[in-house]
Amino acid sequence: MHQQEVVDIEQNEEGYMEKKTGPDPAPPKSDKLLPGSSSLAVLLVVFMTVSFLVLFSIIRGGVGHVTESEGGIRAFGPTEVTGIDFEIELLPGTREAISGPEEGDYLVPPPPWSESGFFPCSDCHSEMEVNPEHRVLEEMHDDIELVHGPADRWCLDCHNPDDRDVLRLVNGRLISFDESYLLCGQCHGTIFRDWRQGIHGRRQGYWNGGKSYLLCAHCHNPHAPAFHTIAPLPPPVRPQFLAQAAQEEVQEASHE
Amino acid sequence: MIKDIASFITGSARIAFKGNATFYAWIAFLGLVFLWGLAAWWNQFQQGLITTNMRDQVSWAFYIGNFTFLVGVAAAAVMLVIPAYIYNWKPIKEIAIFGELLAVSAIVMSMLFVFVDVGRPDRVWQLMPFIGTPNLPSSLLGWDVMVLNGYLALNLLIVLHLLYTGFHGRPYKRNFVVPLLLLSIPAAVGIHTVTAFVYAGTAARPFWNSAILAPRFLASAFCSGPAILLILFQILQRTTSIKIKDEAIWKIAELMAYAMFLNLFLFGAEIFREYYSNTHHLIHTQYLYSGVHGHDALVPYAWASLICSVVAFLLFLIPATRTNLVTLNIGCVLIFAGVYIEKGMALVIPGMTPDTLGEFYEYVPTLSEVRVGAGIFAVGFLIFTLLCKMAIPILQDAASGEST
Amino acid sequence: MSEKTLDRRTLMISAGLSTMAGISAAASGKSVGWVERLLNRRFVELSDERREEILAELEEACRKKYDRDDITVTDTRALDGVEFAYGLDLSRCVGCRRCVYACVHENNQSRDPQIHWIRVLEMKKDNGIDFAESDIYYDPEEVPEPENFYLPVACQQCRNPACVKVCPVKATWQEPDGIVVIDPDWCLGCRCCMSACPYGARHFNWTEPTIAANEINPDTHIFGNRPRPKGVVEKCTFCIQRTRKGRYPACVEICPVGARKFGNLLDEEGEMRYLMREKRVFVLKEELNTKPRFYYFFAT
Repeated sequence: MHQQEVVDIEQNEEGYMEKKTGPDPAPPKSDKLLPGSSSLAVLLVVFMTVSFLVLFSIIRGGVGHVTESEGGIRAFGPTEVTGIDFEIELLPGTREAISGPEEGDYLVPPPPWSESGFFPCSDCHSEMEVNPEHRVLEEMHDDIELVHGPADRWCLDCHNPDDRDVLRLVNGRLISFDESYLLCGQCHGTIFRDWRQGIHGRRQGYWNGGKSYLLCAHCHNPHAPAFHTIAPLPPPVRPQFLAQAAQEEVQEASHE
Repeated sequence: MIKDIASFITGSARIAFKGNATFYAWIAFLGLVFLWGLAAWWNQFQQGLITTNMRDQVSWAFYIGNFTFLVGVAAAAVMLVIPAYIYNWKPIKEIAIFGELLAVSAIVMSMLFVFVDVGRPDRVWQLMPFIGTPNLPSSLLGWDVMVLNGYLALNLLIVLHLLYTGFHGRPYKRNFVVPLLLLSIPAAVGIHTVTAFVYAGTAARPFWNSAILAPRFLASAFCSGPAILLILFQILQRTTSIKIKDEAIWKIAELMAYAMFLNLFLFGAEIFREYYSNTHHLIHTQYLYSGVHGHDALVPYAWASLICSVVAFLLFLIPATRTNLVTLNIGCVLIFAGVYIEKGMALVIPGMTPDTLGEFYEYVPTLSEVRVGAGIFAVGFLIFTLLCKMAIPILQDAASGEST
Repeated sequence: MSEKTLDRRTLMISAGLSTMAGISAAASGKSVGWVERLLNRRFVELSDERREEILAELEEACRKKYDRDDITVTDTRALDGVEFAYGLDLSRCVGCRRCVYACVHENNQSRDPQIHWIRVLEMKKDNGIDFAESDIYYDPEEVPEPENFYLPVACQQCRNPACVKVCPVKATWQEPDGIVVIDPDWCLGCRCCMSACPYGARHFNWTEPTIAANEINPDTHIFGNRPRPKGVVEKCTFCIQRTRKGRYPACVEICPVGARKFGNLLDEEGEMRYLMREKRVFVLKEELNTKPRFYYFFAT
């Protein structure tokens, strides 16, 4: 044990440090060496415990309690999702529309079924007799299930009996299939007004110029207009898998 | 003048690196830990921060937690200056310099923790005024950079002056040092307040967005930072001839006890507000203390921190245990551990868990982060050791009036 | 602000910084024009000629990196008399996530590690809007599930943006047309903005982002969808490369149910003003006073 001379120092008037004269101060009450060592031992024990806890939690932690069915284990990119056109091509007219505050450039794709071979309907119906009785069709068009509106709704409420190539409004006015929204708008006025302003339904193009829009019938089958459910695209990668999703390992795990 | 400076540099280097076997073992150990951390950091620098476990959901974690804690330690150095120079209390005056040394080491560590945390360390120069574009007065982190560098410069100035004059056996210039020391008091309060404001100003994180956060930071800093110094002083008492009165140690411990009380009181106030008002924001405190929906990784640490702080407070409050070196040292370790958790992980992680959109991502540090953290702590300990090694003989020489 | 004159102080500083930057840039992945950056200011403070030069350099670097000749980098400025706003119809969103992947495709987001700028939150109808009970990892067979509704969240381009306030180096700011942009060549990666954003809208490049060369969208804007470097923050920019040329953002165009609306808020006749008049719009976390430009509404 190294004995140190106990020196009491203080600053004198000139600012120099010098020894203080006088009786030695009383030695401290507690025993010097033993408590110091034991407290350092305590220090060491606590430090080791804390370090062990930290390292243990590092080993334990990480991936977390996520099962494969909970989603977010694998990373997907847009090209892995087939069938969806992320390039979002515009109709030719819209593409060429000059961007600028121009009005009037609204383009719409052809109505559904108009190029399917069914149209023009008059090919068959011009020769046929009109049967105005409410019934379930059996000979033709039996694949159409009408789920639209009140129970007593039926075909000729919307289709014009005398000329099937046009639709008929309530007031008797005849409209082409290109303007079918006028027919829908008779009952669905709020939505029609929203659609007219662009709030309802999908639009593509220029916010300050030409736009392409869709007819009601492009999204809503007029015979069964309720929107079908669709399969969602994959969920994002969970953060605990972000680094691993870059590698193949986690993909294999999700296929187990 | 140049000769004086040159001899100071070479002389203090000689003093700093000369020692006994224990000293060399310690330096070697720190060097190894530093290299271990440096390797991890280099890997992180090349790959990016993906080597950590930080993700978008918890974007600040281990590094920033350590940064916050260490700024507190640096601020707490002022704990010694207040009684020494404001109240002219002799027993602390001669040893106040160790507080400055601790402040320098802690500030360097905290700045290193920020350096390893940014995604583009090659762009940190943009934070400097005139050559960069610091976003002042609006960005709190911009202010933090200013005040931290200023505080480092201030403390370095004081330390270098004291060591330089002591090395050459001259008395230090009181008119130069004392105003700087007095300035370091508001500077210390300033650095920690600005760091607290970085958190407290964030409206998006309700766990942090509290007016009480800045006082809590100061209280927890003052109650934990001097713990290192208490242990150091006991070591110095036994291994050098510097006279450190036990009175000084008891007084520091007493002041720490007051700070601990304030810390616990402010904590209690925060807990009351959270649990009584029972708003949505409670979920962060719940995550910390009881876990939410099975996410409870931090719960044991939160309670450990609380228990450590309370026990340490009692040990420091009761005069019998405060003046008993065993219990005092236990108390020092406990409060240091308690506040390390409280200002580190138990501050940053619950602030970000659940994230702003309600998602729970349980963060635990990776080995890489722990390595980098250990490396930075090794640097800090190294600087502190070498500075103390330089300061001790100078103080001893001044004490005995002749070289030993 | 005029260009810096190359005085001695600047030269000395830049020499030192160039050395430091040279070492680090080699290891960290070059960001184009880094030497110029040391001498010059942020991109927006430069002269027009200097900007053109830097854009050309960026183009060159991108073309080389992805081996494609068609990549362009522009810096289209904001149009006059335009303030963008966005509307999202919560009565329509079905949670199909097509907007998420359209955004990834359009804006050259990293596939690996994955970055999504849009997050779709699934919430229970019984709870209403409650972030704590929401889930972004839903993965049922079909959506929408009858007991849930869906709320997509991306950058709200706030009028009082917390992220801009806290950035220590002015790497992010709000443009005159309302878009909050980030300069990827100035961003430090300190993530203060990510901490400050109440909507989780900002995302970090934790490592070098990777996109397959044939999946790159070649029409890029310097602050928008040009490929970002490692270690910087990115976020939705209202498809700045499209909207400043008049087009709808990619998410608006891809949404199969037309739940997304976009337009010029200053246009009295436009979609945005119509929906604000006719529908009741609300914003997320309005108590934080961020004043977003992203309005949620229920059309029916």
